[in-house]
Order: sequence, then C-alpha cells, then structure tokens
Amino acid sequence: MTAIGEKTVSNKSESTAEVVGVSPKRGIERRGQIITGLCVTLVVVLVVTLIFMVCSRGLATFTKDGIPLGSFFGGTTWNPHQNGADGVPLVGALPMIVGSFSVTLLSCLIALPFALGASIFVVEIAPGFGSKIFRPLTEVLVGIPSVVFGLVGLGIIVPWMRGLVGGTGYGILSASIVLAFMILPTITSLSTDALAAVPNSYRDGSYGLGCTRWQTIVGVVLPSALPGILTAIIMGMSRAFGEALAVQMVIGNAAQMPQGLFTPASTLTSVLTMGMGNEAMGTLPNDVLWALAMVLLIMSLVFILIVHLIGRKGAAKND
Amino acid sequence: MTSAQETAVAGEKNAPNQSMPNADYTATAHKARVQDKVATGILAAIVGVIIVALVAIIVYILASGASKLVDVHFLTAKPEQFKAGGGIGPELFNSFYLLVLTLLISVPISLGAAIFLTQYAPQGRITNIAKTAIETLSSLPSIVVGLFGMLTFVLTLHWGFSILSGALALTMFNIPILVRVIQQALEAVPRDQRDAALALGLTRWEATMHVLVPAAMPAIVTGVVLSAGRVFGEAAALIYTAGQSAPVLSWSAPIWSLSNPLNVFRPAETLAVHIWKINSEGVVPDLSAVSAGTAAVLMVCILAFDIIARVAGRALERKLTAE
Repeated sequence: MTAIGEKTVSNKSESTAEVVGVSPKRGIERRGQIITGLCVTLVVVLVVTLIFMVCSRGLATFTKDGIPLGSFFGGTTWNPHQNGADGVPLVGALPMIVGSFSVTLLSCLIALPFALGASIFVVEIAPGFGSKIFRPLTEVLVGIPSVVFGLVGLGIIVPWMRGLVGGTGYGILSASIVLAFMILPTITSLSTDALAAVPNSYRDGSYGLGCTRWQTIVGVVLPSALPGILTAIIMGMSRAFGEALAVQMVIGNAAQMPQGLFTPASTLTSVLTMGMGNEAMGTLPNDVLWALAMVLLIMSLVFILIVHLIGRKGAAKND
Repeated sequence: MTSAQETAVAGEKNAPNQSMPNADYTATAHKARVQDKVATGILAAIVGVIIVALVAIIVYILASGASKLVDVHFLTAKPEQFKAGGGIGPELFNSFYLLVLTLLISVPISLGAAIFLTQYAPQGRITNIAKTAIETLSSLPSIVVGLFGMLTFVLTLHWGFSILSGALALTMFNIPILVRVIQQALEAVPRDQRDAALALGLTRWEATMHVLVPAAMPAIVTGVVLSAGRVFGEAAALIYTAGQSAPVLSWSAPIWSLSNPLNVFRPAETLAVHIWKINSEGVVPDLSAVSAGTAAVLMVCILAFDIIARVAGRALERKLTAE
C-alpha cells in the first residue's frame, strides 16, 4: 500500500468532512467507499448469521430437548424416533462422527502420495509441463461436480470393490477412493504453490554442496515447504469432511458404528442429506440433524483455525 | 511459475551433470545418482497415473452418456418418474437460469468486496474480520450452506423451494471463490498504473473503475466463467433450497404461474440435483441411462465453461495489450 498517498487522501477528506458534497470528487470517493463497504459488510453479516442460525438450531437438541451431551457425542445407536432403555432418545452421533473422520483420514492417505509426488514433479522436474498441461488438467478435475464423482463411484468403484472383497461394495473404502480423487487437485495445487515458494538460493546452496536433485528435494525443499504442505493437507481434509453427495452415494448409508472398511457406514453429511427432507421442523429428529450440522460447521471452523496456527508458526520460524 | 522454471533450469544444469566428468566418483555418489534417477522415475509415474485416471474418468462419463448426448428428445423432453424415456429439458433450462441469476447477484457483490479489500480497507481490524469471514465461507461445506438457505430463505422468509432461494444459496457458495479471483486480478495490475491515475488527480474510486478494473478484466472474466462451472455442477446446496421437483415449463403461462420458466418463486431441479435424486429414489426404470446421459450433458457444459474461460480471457488480454 502506498502509505503516503493514502494517508493524505484520507486525512484530507476527514478534516474537511463538512464540505463533502461541495467537491464532486470527494462525493465520488465517498460513494465508492460506501458501496464497496456495504458489499463487505453484507458478506460478514451473512457469515455471522449463518453461524448463529445453525448453532442456535443445533443447540436446541441440548437445551430444548434436554439430550445430554454425553449421549449425543458418545452414543453409538442412531434412531431418533425411539427411546433407549434410559428413556433418552437414541441419538448417538458417534457412528457418523467416526465415519466422517475415517473417510477424511483415509482419503487423505490415498491422495497424499499422488498429490505430493505430482507437485514435486511439476515444480522441481518439469515446470513447463506443469504450468502448460498438468495444472489445466487438475483444474478440470476440480470442475467435475460431486454428483458425477458419485456416479463414477457407483459405476466403477462400487462394483470393483464388490468383486474384490465381496459384500455390497458400498462402504468407507469406496467413499474414500472417490473422495481421494476429489481432494487430489486441492492438495496438489496448494502444495505446488508451497514448493514453488521455496527460494531458489536454498536449492543452489544444496547443489553447490554436491547434492543430487532428489537429495535437494528431500533434504532442503520439502522441509522448507512443510508448513505449506501441511496447510494443503488440512484444506484437503476440510473438503473431504464436508463433501456430501458423492460420499452419500457410495458409502451405503447404514447409521451404525463402522464395522470395517468394506461394510456400509454413514457420515455426518450423508445422514444430513438423507434425513433433512423427512423430518418436520422443530421435532426432536429434526433438531438432532441440526446438531449434526453444527458439528460439521464447528469442524470446518477448526480446520481453518489449524491452518492459521500453521501459518503463524511458519511465519515465526522464518523471522 | 517463473521461479520454478528457473529452478528446474538451474537444477538440470547443476545437479546430475556436474559429477559426471570425474570418473572416479565414490560408491556413495553413485548410489545418490541411482537414487535420484529412481525417484525421478517414480515421480513421473505418479504424474502419469494421475493423468491416465483423469482422462479415463472424463472418457467414461462422456462415453456412457454419448447416445443420450445427441438425443434431441432427451435434451428437451420432460423427466419421467415411473417410466422409461424421460428427458431433462426443464432441468437443463433450470441449471442455466439459476447460473445466470447467481452470477447477476454474486458478481457485483464480490467485485465490490474485492475492491474494498484491495483499495479502501485500512490494514487492520476491518480487513482481518472481512478476510476471516470470506475464508470461513469458502471452507463451509456446501450442504451446510444449503441448510442455512433452507432455514432462512425457504422457511423464515416463506419463499418455499424456489429459484430465488437456490440462487441466494449458490451466491453464498460462489462469493468467496469470486472475491479471491477478483482480488488476485486487481492486485496483479502493475502499481504504476494506479499511481499514475492517482497522480493525475483521479480519486481512488475513479482510478479503480477506469484503470484497475479494465486492466484486470481478462483475469476477472476467466475467474467468473471458471466459477460458473463450479456453480453449474453444485447440488448439495440446492437440494433443500431450489428443491427437487421440476414443474413442466410453458412460455405462455403467466409470470406468477409455477410453469412460467422465469418465475423465480417456482421450485427448480437442476441437472446435478436430478442425477442425485433419481439415484437416491431409484424408481426410474432407465435409471442408469438417464443418469449417465445427464452426467454427460453436465460434463460437456462444464468443459465448455473451462474452454470459454481460457479463450475469452486470452482474447480480452490480446485486445487490451494491442491497444
């Protein structure tokens, strides 16, 4: 920012605030400021309203319906229309929470070697190929809608799983493979940026000491880009955690504790997608769905927080 | 990418070749060189696998729906619920109509927000709050945005499952993407252009509108069209806002009628929602053919957006630099 230019402009308009309107120029400036300021305010208000509304509906489960936190987060049976032996409705969300975390972690584990390998290749080995061919291709991958990924999963991965291990073919592993494709471009492009941001003098230093390219990558480039790569992984996880339709189509939608990688399970998003249309607003089965939405919302805020912490730590290390 | 390119050039010159002239390099150096070769090979293989998989996915989608893709009846007829032979005419129209409305709402807001953040916002609290809000919005799962849309637009404002509710939900989904693209585009305009405009006595608003935005236009257009592809395929945010039904459309119906195509208060199922719905209901007899066909249509549209984005951006760029 041009500190000097801006300061004079803004001071001037403040000190002579009473003559606003006399000078057409100042009126123009004011108008621009107000219009654009309103846009920003609108966005902020929308986000705050969203968080407030989802949380207030989600908290109704615990305040209005009096479900103990323990039986929501710790319970393993999900059947909101029935009461358990202790009289508390069966609203254990643990199966979905475990399901969501399993598909998230597993899809990251599958995607990471590919994403990291590809980004190393396009930054360190073939940058021309990276910017001309590989990046546009991964952008196409980003554009494929999640329902289409779900359909590809149904058409290829589910039958393949069925043939490989038997059973229905639906399950956590199928969902994770579909998700891995979806988060691959996210992790790849962010870690490509992280690797490209490593100063060339680092590489030159390493080459000057006689290291090979691979030694330079492993010993110098990857460690320096680590905060950026971690950020890329978290952003990928965040996308996987929140993905709804593709997962819902291939995971099998059985609201029970995951028995293994090959049996039907469910996630927070899949239960929300399936259930929200069937329950009347304000009833307990509806309220607990909003509680699931709140958990989803909070987790995505936690992912952002982690990204910020990594960023701050990285900045502190570089200082 | 330039720094990366330099690196590779430097890397290729310095690393493997320099140890070559000394024929008596030790076993360690030999091992390191072999390791380097093997690693390069593995990395190339990884990239190869990704490209093959990606091309395979696209070919699979297009090939399974190819016969429907050229079937005029399928592209124009109304969908069937219980018998085979349904089309996707209303869905196709709804998808484009929702996209246009979404862009009409989200582009001006995002442009304004991006201008404020790059030109007016003092470094400090306001910018930080706004940046955090936009970041939060961008990382929210789209199903959560859709549920918020249902709560606010569909239920609280009593708009019902409607195009308007859907367009507003999509706007929330699209704003963070657009703000980021436009912000980057504005920041990429060389500083001197802005400084020169300010030195000539233009206000920041005039400098932005007459100098910065035109200069950034190619990048903005590319970004907007790319985001259009994302909006076009979005379904999770629409299931509970624009609804899952597609009334039969008729241009002769009055504007308040549910069958008037332009009525923003009618429910409107899009292509992406259609795929999801028929698959989760599973009652249409020709389910796999219809969903494959719809997916192929969706994919063709999105690939077209991708190509248009690049071509339009490049054409604008050429026009600007030629002048």
